[in-house]
Amino acid sequence: MTIKHWLRAAAVASVALTSAAALADEQYFPLQSYRVGPYAAGGTGFFGGFIDYLNLINTRDGGVNGVKLTWSEGETQYEVERGVEVYERLKNNPGVAAWNPLSVGIAYAMIDRITKDKVPLITINHGRTDSTDGRVFPYVFPLLLNPYSETSGIVNYLAGREGGIEKLKGKKIVVLYHGSPYGKETIPIYDLLAKQFGFEVQQIEVPHPGNEQQAQWLTIRRAKPDYVVLRGWGVMNPVALKTAQKTGFPADHIVGNVWSNSEEDVRPAGDAAKGYVAITTQASGADYPVVQEIIKTVYDANKGNLQDKARIGSVYHNLGIVNGILNVEAIRIAQAKFGKRTLTGDEVRWGFENLRLDEARVAALGAKGLFHSINVTCANHEGDGRVTFQQWDGQKWKVVSDWIAPDWKLLRPIIEKSAAQYAVEHKIEPRDCAREEAADSVRKASAE
Amino acid sequence: MELADFQFFVEVLVGGLLSGVMYSLVAIGFVLIYKTSGVLNFAQGALLLFAALTFVSLVEKGLPFWAAFALTFAALTLIGIGVERAVLRPLVNQPPITLFMATLGLSYIIEGAAQLIWGTQVHALDLGIDDTPIDVAGVFISTFDLVAAGVAAAMVASLLAFFRFTRIGLAFQAVADDQFAAVAVGLRLHRVWVVVWTAAGLVALVAGLLWGARLGVQFSLSLVVLKALPVLVLGGFDSIAGAIVGGLIIGAVEKLGEVYLGPLLGGGIESWIAYAVALALLLVKPSGLFGRPSTERA
Repeated sequence: MTIKHWLRAAAVASVALTSAAALADEQYFPLQSYRVGPYAAGGTGFFGGFIDYLNLINTRDGGVNGVKLTWSEGETQYEVERGVEVYERLKNNPGVAAWNPLSVGIAYAMIDRITKDKVPLITINHGRTDSTDGRVFPYVFPLLLNPYSETSGIVNYLAGREGGIEKLKGKKIVVLYHGSPYGKETIPIYDLLAKQFGFEVQQIEVPHPGNEQQAQWLTIRRAKPDYVVLRGWGVMNPVALKTAQKTGFPADHIVGNVWSNSEEDVRPAGDAAKGYVAITTQASGADYPVVQEIIKTVYDANKGNLQDKARIGSVYHNLGIVNGILNVEAIRIAQAKFGKRTLTGDEVRWGFENLRLDEARVAALGAKGLFHSINVTCANHEGDGRVTFQQWDGQKWKVVSDWIAPDWKLLRPIIEKSAAQYAVEHKIEPRDCAREEAADSVRKASAE
Repeated sequence: MELADFQFFVEVLVGGLLSGVMYSLVAIGFVLIYKTSGVLNFAQGALLLFAALTFVSLVEKGLPFWAAFALTFAALTLIGIGVERAVLRPLVNQPPITLFMATLGLSYIIEGAAQLIWGTQVHALDLGIDDTPIDVAGVFISTFDLVAAGVAAAMVASLLAFFRFTRIGLAFQAVADDQFAAVAVGLRLHRVWVVVWTAAGLVALVAGLLWGARLGVQFSLSLVVLKALPVLVLGGFDSIAGAIVGGLIIGAVEKLGEVYLGPLLGGGIESWIAYAVALALLLVKPSGLFGRPSTERA
């Protein structure tokens, strides 16, 4: 080898080492955001909150144990094909931590891809219910709340309003759902819970996008239900509230699901939304220490992501912040096992599978009251999130319930059955979580 | 049929007819442009979004109602002039499909511009019209929908008067009747097109305000064009009367179909039953109920 070759090899090695050093300090989030199009209000709030939290960690802490958080965005307009295109475009960037598309359609289209690429897919508060079963869906995490838990949480809340679960017997509940796979996901579980607790349920579809609901609400008026559950999305929500008023149905007997609970859902409805109640996994408002820190550290330094500061602490913004907390803590937990460096997607997956934040840890993160807790395991990718209910007073949401636990015991066998069917259809050998957890314990003990 | 059932039927029917008026409002904007240029203006929904978003943003900045209305109308007039200069004039004598594709592109540009200028937030629009129902012999009728129907009727009357009793209106009728003959007798086609696009902008503004008050001013407003398409097929693309009658029929069919047939067919039929009715009529009368059959010499 000539001197020239040695010099060239040395130069190449030096570049490689520099790149590796740079890579070792960064963990990357590819964001399939939607800032224009019909669902831009939700997208700007959620991704704004997520980015604000990542910014806070970088600015205040210098990253996660010195590992800087980076991100870039690809616009999807909430369209599946664009979401997949963004996935293909960004997936080869180094140090991908996790995907957070906040879209049922895009998430469904990504499951096979992320499983093959071994990177976690986070579907906070949404996604496939059966992806809760981590034995079959190792890389998918419907954190905090899956659609079945949401249904159970709503039924438990209504039972509380009536004075106990037994008081639901003989009551009538109408579920007004969006005419999409997302909207239809809970049809069987409402039927099941109705049978279980003795209430009558009538489920009525609203065709997409839901800008016309006269027929549905006249049907509801004739049915004379005790409550209406609104399982809407986008424009369907304010139209539902306005049409309910038009047909004389009281707003305080309408309970919205987790995608019918934002300021954008109620403000356009004006007075018709006063008294309306909706489920949530994260409270709204800017009083929480973590939100205050974001204001002080990020917004006061003109680094805030929201164009309109009045939206700080709104439902979608706070959901983005909570999503940021969960992603960052998963990385922190994974770093404790694998080292304080850029992690692979599979290592971050392990972090999510061990994401256990009790109330004390949530308080330490400045999020006491913002969300309750989470306890993700290998088999349970939802993590036993609690829900609370908020009521719109015409200006802001007010929390009107304690943190409520869905009936996980009742739901688990249904989830496992559905996941098992998926495993058969896709020829997946379910993981042995007990064995994996035992191996982890042994490894941890020997390291200590 | 018991009284309660009959009252319910009447309520569904009246609700459907009043919804149909709202569809007609959007459809009229299409008719105006189609009559003079033979173009199905796909950008009408985007114009509606632009109008409502501009109006509500100006009101939120503190402008009084009429000032915001006037400024928005001025902006729509500028768009009308711009479209005539930049799109229609260069594409004159091109096949209708070319012009249709041009309006399709235009709709994306207008939607994008509206969001770029005014942002993507959802806005509430309060026109000061009470929306509590009134009870007429046991039948609940929406006050807002009644007012909307009144506004629609006033607008149609104004448009008819404008086209019947003004010079430019008569020119519009001449162009609608025979474009080449109109040009041959010295009518300025470009000017008529500007006026028609401006009139369509005014229709978009009124429809945008009423739909915006119903839905909130947000991107989904541009999707209300989907409600207008079966109305146009049914009533005819070149008839204002057809847009009104078509709207009423489609509204009634949608609501009665959803309530009485929906449960038998699994629900959610509202989105396609209007198109099914329009398609059935298309097979029998391709020009629609009030449309002029086209005749072409070989």
